[in-house]
Parts: sequence; C-alpha cells; structure tokens
Amino acid sequence: MGTADLLLTLAHRPPALGVQCAGILRRYTRGAPRCPTGENAAVPEVVADYADDTVLVAGLRAGDEAAFAWLLDRYRASLTRLARSYVATGAAADDAVQETWIAVITGIDRFEGRSSVKTWLHRILINVARSKGVKEHRSVPFTSLAGELEVDEPAVDPARFVGPGARRAGAWASPPVPWDTEPEGRLLNAETRAVVEAAIATLPPNQGRVLTLRDVEGFSPTEVCNALDLSETNQRVLLHRARAKVRQALEDHFEDATP
Amino acid sequence: MILPKLFRRTGDYRCQDLVEVVTDYLEGALPAPTQARFERHLRRCDGCDRYLAQIRRTIELTGRLTVDDVEALGAEARDRLLDTFRDFHTARG
Repeated sequence: MGTADLLLTLAHRPPALGVQCAGILRRYTRGAPRCPTGENAAVPEVVADYADDTVLVAGLRAGDEAAFAWLLDRYRASLTRLARSYVATGAAADDAVQETWIAVITGIDRFEGRSSVKTWLHRILINVARSKGVKEHRSVPFTSLAGELEVDEPAVDPARFVGPGARRAGAWASPPVPWDTEPEGRLLNAETRAVVEAAIATLPPNQGRVLTLRDVEGFSPTEVCNALDLSETNQRVLLHRARAKVRQALEDHFEDATP
Repeated sequence: MILPKLFRRTGDYRCQDLVEVVTDYLEGALPAPTQARFERHLRRCDGCDRYLAQIRRTIELTGRLTVDDVEALGAEARDRLLDTFRDFHTARG
C-alpha cells in the first residue's frame, strides 16, 4: 500500500474531529516560534517547549498531537518551498510534502537523534521529492548542480560598472539605489514579502533550495551542506547568487514604487 | 597614471569584484588579509557599502517570510494529517 493510500485510509474521519483539532491547537500555539498567524492560530497556554528536540521527539513518539501540530505548522511552508524546487507541478510538490509527513508519523521511532529533527525532516522531503522529480522525468534547465554552477552569473549586471579600458574600470557607474528613504514599514509589508517570494520562486532550483534553507528557515551553513550534499564553497556560491537576485528584485520594486 | 595601477596591485578591490564576495565576507570565509582589503574598500566606497547593507537587508527580509506567504498545506490537509497521526497512535495502542 502506497503512502497516499495509507493517508486516505487513515484520514477518513467524521467532521466533528475538526472541533477536536481546534482544541488541541489552542493548547500549543502561544510562544511557539514562528507559529502560524492564520485562522487556526491564536490564543492560550504553552504545554511544552517543542523547539527542544528532546521534548518534541518524546511527544511525537508518545502520540502527543500538539507536538505533531507544532511540527506541521513550523515546517509546512519550508517543506513546500523546498519540494517545489524538485518537481514540476504544485500538485506533485504537495504530494511530496504529504508523503514526508506520513513518513514522519510512521518513522519517528527510527529517528536516531544524530541530526536535529529539522535536518531529518528536510532530508526525508528531499529524498521523496527528488525521486518524484526523477519519475516525472523532469527536464528543466539548471536541474543539475554542475549545470547551474557552470553558468557565469555575475551578482550585479556588468553594465552597472565602468567598462574595461577606462581608468576606473570595474567601479560603480550606476550604484545601488538607496532604500532607506522608503516610508517606515514599507520594507516589511505584504507587498514587499510577495516580491521576495516571487523572486525566490524564479531562482534556479539549487539556488532556491540553498536560499530557502539558509535565509528563510535559518539553517546553519553546515546543516545546508548536509541536507543538500553540497561543499561549503558551492553552498556559498549558490547562496550569493540567490541573494543577489533577490536584492535586485527588491531594488527594482523600490525603484518602480518611488514617485 | 601609475598611481591607480599601483593601488590595484597592492590589492585594492574593484567594486565589480567586491560584490561577488559579499556572502563570503558575511560567512567569515575570506582570508584575513582579503577581509582587511574588503573592509578598507568599504570605508571609502559608498556604492559598495550600500550594496553590502542591502544584501544584509535582503537576508533580513527573506527571514521574515511567513507560512502565509506560500500556499502550503491547506487547513483540510492539515486536519487529515492530524487525524492520521492520531489513528497511527491509536492503532498502535
């Protein structure tokens, strides 16, 4: 039986359960780092510190639903972002994420604690998503790491520097436009976040993965290298290219918006 | 002009090269002498100073993306997974 079937078999429940879930949710949400701000969030009292892996794993093994709900909400966005860089469609990415959660539910007893839960979880997703990507025969440019690194991608458009031959060759001709004159709060609003999100979505897959894990999810460089099997140097190259593109997208956005 | 060339030889950064190593700098991956050159250049180059500041700002903004910014796992799928978790543990006793 495939995991999708397993999910369907186990998941069919009467609607009243939604009410129970809401009750469970209410118990863990406050104080959990980066917990959701959607309709399911809000309210009350912390039961356990699930940010502590020992507490979290004990909870997951004991069937503590609040522990699982915490894990779901903490990582559902990053798993989705990561999955999309391996497969062609949103639906396939959702499948990969679902399968990952099932693997967590059924496999927590085999978690050995050699890595953090976070790294373990993302490695499962990567394995699931990668094999789906292979099955899809995904053929997009830049799929291979070597291919992505081979391409010469300057952090800044060379046209913005003084051209070769001139005395000041390589110096800024058109330096970055300042952002600091932007109205207060502008940098943090939903529109700006959408610009960042859109820029990440268009990154080549390896750059998107590294940026998601490092800068969105706050993985350490070592954690990213381990999760993605990258050398430290390649991790930095990919990360810098990705950051440079997101910065450029923000510059374009602020420039357009300036009266 | 001999002076700028000499400058370059003793290791002043060109802006175009500096922007390529900003993440190396932030990660502490530049060798000490290179890092010193990097910082020396920044002190007298507003463009590069601003570029570095904007990369820092970009990192900060990227870190503020929330679960609501990506369409991830709708409420229904989330409830189903919670049910699955519960059933798995109930079945196991």
